Amino acid sequence: MTGSGRQSFARGLRLGIGPGLATGVLALNFGAEARARGWGMVAPVAFSAFAFSGSAQFTLLSSLSGATVLAAIVAAMVINVRYLVMSVAIAPSLRGSRFARLLQAQAIVDASFVAAHDEDDRYDVWRLIGVSVPQWICWTGGTAVGVLAAPSPDLMHRLGLDVAFPAFFIVLLIEEVRRSHRAVAACLLGAAISAGLLFVTSPSYALLGAAVATLIGLRRRPDEAVVVRTSGQRR
Amino acid sequence: MKLWLCVLAVSAANWLMKAAGPLVLGKRALPPALVRITQLTAPALLAGLIVTDLGGRTIDWTQLVGVAVAGVLNLLRVPILPAAAAGVAATALVRLASA
Repeated sequence: MTGSGRQSFARGLRLGIGPGLATGVLALNFGAEARARGWGMVAPVAFSAFAFSGSAQFTLLSSLSGATVLAAIVAAMVINVRYLVMSVAIAPSLRGSRFARLLQAQAIVDASFVAAHDEDDRYDVWRLIGVSVPQWICWTGGTAVGVLAAPSPDLMHRLGLDVAFPAFFIVLLIEEVRRSHRAVAACLLGAAISAGLLFVTSPSYALLGAAVATLIGLRRRPDEAVVVRTSGQRR
Repeated sequence: MKLWLCVLAVSAANWLMKAAGPLVLGKRALPPALVRITQLTAPALLAGLIVTDLGGRTIDWTQLVGVAVAGVLNLLRVPILPAAAAGVAATALVRLASA
């Protein structure tokens, strides 16, 4: 790791503390709920350590009791299709050998992906990893605490801890929409699509639908056309 | 056994989806249209996350208060952690007052 890589990683660790704490709260819920549904003590913690994905884990937890095994697995996988989109977005910014890049890509989670997004639309890999480390520790540790302590959902609700994630996400979103008018449009369209889908499907699929808003990026920006014309004239 | 099969299958699918970008693209640059789409991934998905977090089952106005407090504080240049913590505290206080 270079000097600038170390600085990025340290900055990522600092940025990851907030989402990490919110992740820990969510993990408490997951661990307690999994224990209550008869998952035992080892499987929920191992699942958090391996999968590191709240949306997929909660989906499997809720669908496994009502659907077939295959349907539950497919539902949990479809939820995470957004990681595929993120992985494609981040691929040109990854460093090193193919194996190293595959490992770096495993650090992708929602808050880290956003925090690693630079002004020049590249992604800072060491910052991505730095933000993910506290989240992974809190996610796995929080699941273990949830399994062991099984805190009551009523207590978590009274402490307002269910607001931790949306509160972090609104702050991250404000940073994102400051970048461009198109980001504002994608945000509004994504919110509208998700809200509309909530009437007909589960929150997990409504979230996936928000990705459709990114298709407004297919249209070239007016300033890009100017750049191409100018470079052509210079030649 | 069924549970562990599910845990391993979902974990493996997760690893593959995160690895898809470097596996398929390698070090090649994205086409311009795909670059523009990926630039909008974060704001679109964040908006979806907030909407589904807040409107998943029923709309809880005490959550909206907390999120609004966090957002306004960030607009006033309060750093991310204190802004989010204030949002959580605001929701807890509103619930305490309205209990």
